[in-house]
Amino acid sequence: MIAAMPGLSRSDVEHVAHLARLGLTDDELTLLQGQLNHILEQYAKLAELPTDDIPPTAQTIELENILREDLVIPSLPVEAVLANAPDSAGGYIVVPAILGGE
Amino acid sequence: MSGDLTRLTAHAMADRLRDGEVTSRDLTEAHLDAAEAGNHALNAWLLIDREEALRQADAADDRLRRGEAAAHPLLGIPVALKDLISVRGGQCTAGSRILEGYRSPYDAHITERLRAVGAVILGKTNMDEFAMGSSNEHSAYGPVANPWDLETVPGGSSGGSAVAVAAYHAPLSIGTDTGGSIRQPAALTGIVGMKPTYGRVSRYGIVAFASSLDQIGPFARDVRDAAALLHAIAGRDERDSTSAPVPVPDELIDLPASDDDAAVGLKGARLGLPKEYFVAGMEPDARRRIEEAVAALERAGATVEEVSLPHTDYGLATYYIVAPAEASANLARYDGIRFGPQYGEGDALGNYLATRGRGFGAEVKRRIMLGTYALSAGYYDAFYVKAQKVRTLIKRDFDTLFEQGFDALVAPTSPSVAFRFGAKMADPVSMYLSDACTLPVNMAGLPGISIPCGLSEGMPVGLQLIGPAWSEPRLFALARGYEAITSGAEWRAREPAQLALTTDEAQPTPAERAAALAQR
Repeated sequence: MIAAMPGLSRSDVEHVAHLARLGLTDDELTLLQGQLNHILEQYAKLAELPTDDIPPTAQTIELENILREDLVIPSLPVEAVLANAPDSAGGYIVVPAILGGE
Repeated sequence: MSGDLTRLTAHAMADRLRDGEVTSRDLTEAHLDAAEAGNHALNAWLLIDREEALRQADAADDRLRRGEAAAHPLLGIPVALKDLISVRGGQCTAGSRILEGYRSPYDAHITERLRAVGAVILGKTNMDEFAMGSSNEHSAYGPVANPWDLETVPGGSSGGSAVAVAAYHAPLSIGTDTGGSIRQPAALTGIVGMKPTYGRVSRYGIVAFASSLDQIGPFARDVRDAAALLHAIAGRDERDSTSAPVPVPDELIDLPASDDDAAVGLKGARLGLPKEYFVAGMEPDARRRIEEAVAALERAGATVEEVSLPHTDYGLATYYIVAPAEASANLARYDGIRFGPQYGEGDALGNYLATRGRGFGAEVKRRIMLGTYALSAGYYDAFYVKAQKVRTLIKRDFDTLFEQGFDALVAPTSPSVAFRFGAKMADPVSMYLSDACTLPVNMAGLPGISIPCGLSEGMPVGLQLIGPAWSEPRLFALARGYEAITSGAEWRAREPAQLALTTDEAQPTPAERAAALAQR
């Protein structure tokens, strides 16, 4: 459980940064390792509480699904959407190739 | 024109508009002038849009001249928006470099609502990046100074919106509150700020931080104005499926104008004083202001009983799992492909790493890292699910008290008054503790309001009232009652102590002050 959790190593921090797609400098990684471990120590307090029989809460107000009419409504015009893209061509956003080869 | 128009409340402005004493253009120009004059020293604004504001003011004057039936009290009244609310064609930085240059392709729901009632949007206010912070020092566009003491922070994350109202640049502004980001800066700058019930206001068109916690709410210099602004923006919108089909009560624009009538609303009110909210480390003098406020409420006929919210102490850890987890998912969309600046060498992974590494600031990276870790394989149950279970316990604490018939709970808004630039920047946990008294309310989805209750060593202290879900009219009535019984207090008449300095161009900017303090 949380209390027994070992601290984050440097390689743990690098791994999480990679999962989060954050390019961090060496200095940032060093600073974050210390700060994240200090914050994780605060989490240990939660282990004191027995919660086996407690349901999780993801949403605080009681709402029921409301179904809307199945109507076609206009979307944003393509030009408006593309206006913010760093690069576009022929009505598409240009992205780097993600597959190797020809 | 009589006197300085910027000192009026919005309801007083509305009266003068209807009497034909002033025009919306007069009001708008006066506030634009004040905002432009004070922004060097305060940095509350990221955009002051004079041309567009005056166009809206003229349109409002047309509507007023036509004597529009059933005009909303906000018709022709200037308002400031936190810069994470979409205004079509305009900037929406969320205080981040990663949204530099982005232009909103559409209006947020609340922007549409404000346009419909005829409010005048003056511009966009500074904020902690992606609303993550309690001091406004985490803005990519520089810190904001507090007009009560220009070497102190205004609180955050809605620091710019709070200062715009406290410094008379606008009578009203909009903020968002995920863990205290409306109530805490309202307390630290001596104004009124409310976080409504989760689901009260549609978040369509708002930059998301933590979606199970975020709510939009009003800032104002008095309770009636705050309630009127909530009235304008609240209500169901099918584009935000969490906005609830709950009617918006007209009581919000019908709070008593007379202090005597307002004070009557306190008679027989049953209030709880949660002992856990007087947290260790709370400033003793700020605590005394809360105790004096409680005594005043009792003298006015309310009963105040000490109560317990036993899981309060677990709120911080719970919040700092749930909010970063949701943030790490929400902020995955900032990839430099569809909008915003793009950095990198041309391969997809390299572009992501470079764009996000350069585009996000330190606090946002910290939260993304925390959230990604809490949701990662092997830790999801230990952190995220555990936090959601503790969230249930925190919510049950509140439910239990409200089932016993309490109308509201009375508590401090913040454990401290405004602190100096840099005081909490080196230690994220000390910054996070600024929200110890506000974040449980977000965890439970409840409405909370902060109202000024005096000064501690010259700096404002906020009193927080917390109510059951959908009790905003009652909460505003109680807050209005407290305002009424303290209307003659000496501190009520005071303006922010360093307001006069804010229009002096020779004064340092907040960033310069923060840098100078760091040197000391």
